[in-house]
Amino acid sequence: MSSTGWAWLVLLLPLLGSVSVALSFRAVPARVAGAVGTAAVGAAFLCAVAALLSLLGDDADSRHHASTLWTYAQAGGLEIDLGIYVDQLSVFMMLVVTGVSTLIHLYSFGYMKSDEGYHRFFSYLNFFVFSMLLLVLAGNFVLLIVGWAFVGFASYALISFWYRRTTATGAGMKAFVINVVGDIGLVLAAFLIVRELGSFDYETVFAKAPEVFSQGGWTVTAICLLLLVGAFAKSAQIPFHTWLPDAMEGPTPVSSLIHAATMVTAGVYLIARTNVLFYLAPTAADIAAFVGLATLLIAGTIAIAQTDLKRAIAYSTMSQIGYMIMGVSIGAYSAGLFHLMTHAFFKALLFMTAGSIISAMANRQDIDRMSGFWKAMRFTSIMFVIGGLALAAFPLTSGFFSKDSILSFAEARGGMYAWMAVGGYVGAFLTAIYTFRLIFRVLPGRPCEEAQHLIESGELYHGPPINPATEEEEDTDVGFPGAHHHIAEQSWPMAAAMAVLAFGALFAGLIQVPGVDNVLFGFLDPAFHDSPLAEIHPSVGAEWRGLAIGAVISVLGIALAWFLWVARPELPALFRERLRPVYLLCLNKWYFDEAIELLIVRPALAIGRFANDVFERRVVDGIVDGTKGAVGGAGGIVRVVQSGFVRTYALLLIAGFAGLALYFLVVAS
Amino acid sequence: MSIEWYIVLSSLLFATGAMGILLRRSPIVILLCLELMLNAGNLALVAFSRMVGNEEGQVFALVVMVVAACEVVVGLGLIVAIFRRKLPLDVDELTELRG
Amino acid sequence: MEAVLFFVAAIGALGGAIGVVAMRNPFYSVLALIVHLFSLAVLFLLLSSAFIAAAQVVVYAGAVMVLYVFVVAYVGSGDESAWEPLPGQRLLAPLLGAALFVELAIAVLASSLLALGSDGPEVGAGFGDPAAIGYLLLEKFLVPFEASSILLLLAAVGAIVLASRRREGGRA
Repeated sequence: MSSTGWAWLVLLLPLLGSVSVALSFRAVPARVAGAVGTAAVGAAFLCAVAALLSLLGDDADSRHHASTLWTYAQAGGLEIDLGIYVDQLSVFMMLVVTGVSTLIHLYSFGYMKSDEGYHRFFSYLNFFVFSMLLLVLAGNFVLLIVGWAFVGFASYALISFWYRRTTATGAGMKAFVINVVGDIGLVLAAFLIVRELGSFDYETVFAKAPEVFSQGGWTVTAICLLLLVGAFAKSAQIPFHTWLPDAMEGPTPVSSLIHAATMVTAGVYLIARTNVLFYLAPTAADIAAFVGLATLLIAGTIAIAQTDLKRAIAYSTMSQIGYMIMGVSIGAYSAGLFHLMTHAFFKALLFMTAGSIISAMANRQDIDRMSGFWKAMRFTSIMFVIGGLALAAFPLTSGFFSKDSILSFAEARGGMYAWMAVGGYVGAFLTAIYTFRLIFRVLPGRPCEEAQHLIESGELYHGPPINPATEEEEDTDVGFPGAHHHIAEQSWPMAAAMAVLAFGALFAGLIQVPGVDNVLFGFLDPAFHDSPLAEIHPSVGAEWRGLAIGAVISVLGIALAWFLWVARPELPALFRERLRPVYLLCLNKWYFDEAIELLIVRPALAIGRFANDVFERRVVDGIVDGTKGAVGGAGGIVRVVQSGFVRTYALLLIAGFAGLALYFLVVAS
Repeated sequence: MSIEWYIVLSSLLFATGAMGILLRRSPIVILLCLELMLNAGNLALVAFSRMVGNEEGQVFALVVMVVAACEVVVGLGLIVAIFRRKLPLDVDELTELRG
Repeated sequence: MEAVLFFVAAIGALGGAIGVVAMRNPFYSVLALIVHLFSLAVLFLLLSSAFIAAAQVVVYAGAVMVLYVFVVAYVGSGDESAWEPLPGQRLLAPLLGAALFVELAIAVLASSLLALGSDGPEVGAGFGDPAAIGYLLLEKFLVPFEASSILLLLAAVGAIVLASRRREGGRA
């Protein structure tokens, strides 16, 4: 079967899984539903591998195929097909998405075990995988937008999964609304594309764009800026990032799949896919790079101050995606995608370990209460350390190679981009600090109450069920979140998934060691051969120099974290006092939520109130009531004739007859 | 006498009956004026039948008489029913069917 | 001769009509109508319609008027009050009546139906005979004949329903 055939199968299997799990909700026991869901995505992964092998069978220059099932719509000279585009980029994304999704499904199989919404969870999760695959496989902008919107819906459904919590539903709505803002940008961009180029189809658009648009022209810059709006909203870059920390209200597998590994990387994929357009609009590309850099640094500073474990990791995600966005904007396409893959491994792993620790803490996420888990949960702790090392780009881990491939490209491009590389190294320092802050707060030291309970009795601590965000008690009569929690040590699916990801986090970087092997870039680079930026290759020496700098920074950061939180634990409190304004700025997330509230939410509400009071009450109601009054008044006037007096009726009758006869007489004469 | 005399007389009687309906208030008298109008119609019919030369108009007049008789019967029955319920026999008082 | 009879009958008819309208006591109105009906019968005879004249006297003046007399006797002859609740009615009614008469008269007199000006065609001796009417009723106008008999039945039933006393304990 051709690669496109395998690709259609990859699309079909999660969709079937989602629908069948949803429909069999009452008939089938929970474990079977979980197995079906996991198997569907696992089979999709195998088909993706088959697609890869089939694609490798073509020679390097012709590894791109489009395939259409049928014409979706045909109107006014526009033709929109249900078509996919299979090339190195989409196969790569397919593999990452299905691979990581399979592992997370496996993890959820254990983690969500006692949750009443088990069927619903797996159905939504499968639907998400289908939507993400639709997004990366789409062969035209319309299908891309469809996949984009579906992914947004799946995110909303999964964030507000425990819908009895008002915090969860509020977070879901926030995520959805900000996503819609991005969708608007994307749709407007698609409109401009079809107006200028006459087609939605990728192959046509990317072939015609250099002919129709001049370098740096207005239209193409506008298109790219609108695409960026969509990309930033989906990938949680500033200023559209406020939804991501709140999205941690969803169950941990959701956080690890959607908000770490896959959905938030959609923006990176978009920029990489439309690289032809971005090359024609260097201004937009530079803006994207700056936004990526800014997000990278700001999110890093916020992460240092956070006390909620999942939110800290969320800000870390934001920061790492800043790296990826910066990478693909300056032309380091393959490097950005390399980091996407390694980030998927170690970030998903980090979220999984966080889930395990939170389960042991009876659903509490506050790191101020956590300590001493090294003694209580050895396996989870080791996984945590491995993920942390990869995130902090410790030498020879996967994060080490991928992060520095972006930064050495930036240096090689020179000029202002070299300064961006400096910013990237500063960000790497911050990353190492905040990552190991988490590790050194949670793992070493005297075990906290929950950890002690686990060590002594081998059973999980049972606290009253609370909402971790608001610390208020909630009733779990509805069955979710489940009254029982699961940790990796006691649940083999969770442990297996984490182990596979740990392997990837440690060794996945070895496929792209500079000067030694070129597996990934050799595969991906031909997809970007149209772009002159792909010609830039840092020399092997420059790359190793970058790797050395990165190694030093990483070790320094870990050492500083050890110093501050293990050797002299009283120091951080001192810093907080001395640098109180800075601390508050970071703790309060640089006041972005408050700014949006002030600048956008309040005026919108004011407009709404105005529209209601003036327009609705006075104008619309006035018209309606006025019409009603007029009709009623007219009726009142006419009603006078119905007096009930027979003689009046007779009078009118005879008068009418007399009048009619007169008329006929006059006419006849 | 030529036929038009009869027709003019018939229209005069018709107008008189119409005026009577508009002026009188007792239901019995209104019914009587209605009889006047019907009879005026009968006169016209018979006159036209004489003018045409066949008796079809007279058959028509006969049927009108039958209808008039039925209408009188029902009308007087109504009046009796009204009287029995001790309501005033005055069309200006019986005004409940109004808007 | 014929003209004299015509005018006498016409004056009788007209007088009866005005009497119906003008008399205060309904009983007197009934009597005036009887006079009017008899005058009309004479007019019918003048128009060679013997059967209709007879029917007029027997059915109309005989049966229908008797019905009226009975009801007026039962109901009593209440006089009407002089006050007119409907404004303008006393003025408009004669006006409209006059207008109606004038229009109809003009319509007749200025009509292009020339036969109106004549006495009508020569008719045989059997014109207006019961036999002629009978033939028409049973041949050409059979359906209207039967229909009117059903109508009579309906009226009779209706009258009984209307005038029946309510059962004891029924609605007022």
